[in-house]
Amino acid sequence: MRHIISILIENEAGALSRVAGLFSARGYNIESLTVAPTEDATLSRMTLVTRGNEDIIEQITKQLNKLIDIVKLIDLAEAAHVERELMLVKVKTNDTTREEVKRLSDIFRGKIIDVTNGSYVIEMTGTSEKLDAFVQALDESSIIETARSGPTSMSRGEDGLHL
Amino acid sequence: MELSGGQIVVQCLKDEGVEYLFGYPGGAVLHLYDAIFHQEDVKHILVRHEQAATHAADGYARATGKPGVVLVTSGPGATNAVTGIATAYMDSIPMIVISGQVPTAVIGSDAFQEVDMVGITRPCVKHNFLVKDVKDIAATMKKAFYVATTGRPGPVVIDIPKDITDPNIKVPYHYPRDISMRSYSPASKGHLGQIKKAVELILNAKRPVIYSGGGVVLGEASAELTQMTQILDYPITNTLMGLGAYPATNKQFIGMLGMHGTYEANLAMHESDVILAVGVRFDDRVTGKLAEFCPNAKIIHIDIDPASISKTVKVDVPIVGEVKQVLEQMMHLIQEHPSKPDTDALANWWAQINHWRTTQCLEFDRNSDIIKPQAVVEQLYAITKGDAYITSDVGQHQMYAAQFYHFDKPRRWINSGGLGTMGFGLPAAIGVKLAHPDMEVACITGEASIQMCIQELATAAQYNTPIKIINLNNRYMGMVRQWQELNYESRYSQSYMETIPDFVKLAEAYGHVGIRVEKPEEVQPALEKAFAMKDRTVFIDFLTDRTENVYPMIEAGKGHQEMTLRVAPGTPIERELA
Repeated sequence: MRHIISILIENEAGALSRVAGLFSARGYNIESLTVAPTEDATLSRMTLVTRGNEDIIEQITKQLNKLIDIVKLIDLAEAAHVERELMLVKVKTNDTTREEVKRLSDIFRGKIIDVTNGSYVIEMTGTSEKLDAFVQALDESSIIETARSGPTSMSRGEDGLHL
Repeated sequence: MELSGGQIVVQCLKDEGVEYLFGYPGGAVLHLYDAIFHQEDVKHILVRHEQAATHAADGYARATGKPGVVLVTSGPGATNAVTGIATAYMDSIPMIVISGQVPTAVIGSDAFQEVDMVGITRPCVKHNFLVKDVKDIAATMKKAFYVATTGRPGPVVIDIPKDITDPNIKVPYHYPRDISMRSYSPASKGHLGQIKKAVELILNAKRPVIYSGGGVVLGEASAELTQMTQILDYPITNTLMGLGAYPATNKQFIGMLGMHGTYEANLAMHESDVILAVGVRFDDRVTGKLAEFCPNAKIIHIDIDPASISKTVKVDVPIVGEVKQVLEQMMHLIQEHPSKPDTDALANWWAQINHWRTTQCLEFDRNSDIIKPQAVVEQLYAITKGDAYITSDVGQHQMYAAQFYHFDKPRRWINSGGLGTMGFGLPAAIGVKLAHPDMEVACITGEASIQMCIQELATAAQYNTPIKIINLNNRYMGMVRQWQELNYESRYSQSYMETIPDFVKLAEAYGHVGIRVEKPEEVQPALEKAFAMKDRTVFIDFLTDRTENVYPMIEAGKGHQEMTLRVAPGTPIERELA
């Protein structure tokens, strides 16, 4: 099963490599990983998407908790949560396809943030499935490149991951 | 007080009460070594190879419970220390390793003797630090000692660039008395509800087994474990790392368990209905085939590390906490509980175990005219009255030591259990002897293992640490040869060394005493002679049976109930097993 693990970690050099190293050393799989400082500059927040059965996820969270730099973590799959991923996709356009791509982007609530004679850059946020669906809907040969952030996520309601 | 970085490091060690610093100088730590030169409180032990510095510090730590402290230079000094760091990590030994680093300005430029020590050691330390400011040294040292010695202990590396220890840059020194880290708070007390559940299971057990390990030694919980086991009169087995946590000569002790454990311990585990696992980690050498591990047992597991629980074996009652505290809480509840252990069931259970004991699974040929390695360990046990500190290397001799030296006290048995590091025994013995100069210290080793850190004979001479080296010399890498005999149709690929040094001359070359023993009747007199030389390191080279194998054995991939035994032909138990 897919799990989203949100982590508060000391904002120190090497902290990210401790997490990445743990996953490779113990043979766990990382689907995506995003990290950036929080409003408290001493802390970073990391969102990690992984897959595994219950036993593996339990080990992953225990092993992560053992890392000295990790302050707190939560497995968001355990409760209601929202998640968003950002994608930039650059597509080829010409006089005949320009309108159609724009329309498609609108349907998915994308924004065109760069235009040239032969291309668009489309910005889109949403769940990972929605972004997958948009990529599917595009003509595969028109895609020049895609860049995705990997999901970031938090629980619904008043509770949150904080000190 | 204004001090330079180098002086601060040394002052921190003094403030932590560090007695010995095991190390080897080099370019990146010269400022530090100059600071060491100007004081006498922290005694520096100059080893002959950095790996030995970590093993000696490790031996010191295992024998005392205090952290071992190591100082090495950057680059090769640091990488040489890695094997010893990993050894300590696998056995949860508290250790502080200070490594020099190239100056901050050239980090990342592939400078002379530069290596990414923080990166290299990341998977084999509890934590590591790179110090980038002289003002951070004291707090980092405090954190390092705190992390290394609390919770599940382990090694901590502090990498210090050379410019941070510059004697010309001085800052005010203040060593923090306490430290708190928001990201680190090890558990101490166990959950009361879980402990109550465990007590119900324990008191209702028909075929209980207490399975205890290195956590009891590290957690100083030997007295609590012993008291509880004796009150319950339940059978107890120790892991390789747990030997000595329960007195081996007590009647409740049924021997070590696992791959080369006793028949009675492994069978008891297999037939048990309730297992109380204390400070263990269900290592593969203990469990054998996981699918067949303790098929009928409810398992209670006490451990300080939540990640140890249900890692390989699903347990029924997990209890996270310090074993000492949890056992105290448990003992209290057991004594207050209205019901008592089922004495009838227990009598039947003991009768069954005593029947298994009649296999005498450790028996060997006592009439051989070649020296049997087991006989040497037995004699050593007798001559030292079971009261010596025993270090070992890795292989057959390690198993003979575990099987035939009956440890009655914790911290007496010092070996590399998790990583299985050959070369550990001799430097570890030096560390132990420094910690306990008035105690007998023997290193049980083999001719292959001893050669991996043989250069430390020089360190033993320099610091006058009189230890006894019991070399079980079978002219093979015995354990490798045994596996090749069993699994590769005796194709002894590279398990034989065509040239082996004359160990007697070698010992003498280093200024020690060497004795060669070739006949069984010479074993006892040689050991007596060696131990009579109180102030000398003696290397006793026993030429042992080349074909002897370690039994009993659970072969790889098999369960506890499928032990291979060497039983005397014609005995009742042999007929029964056949």
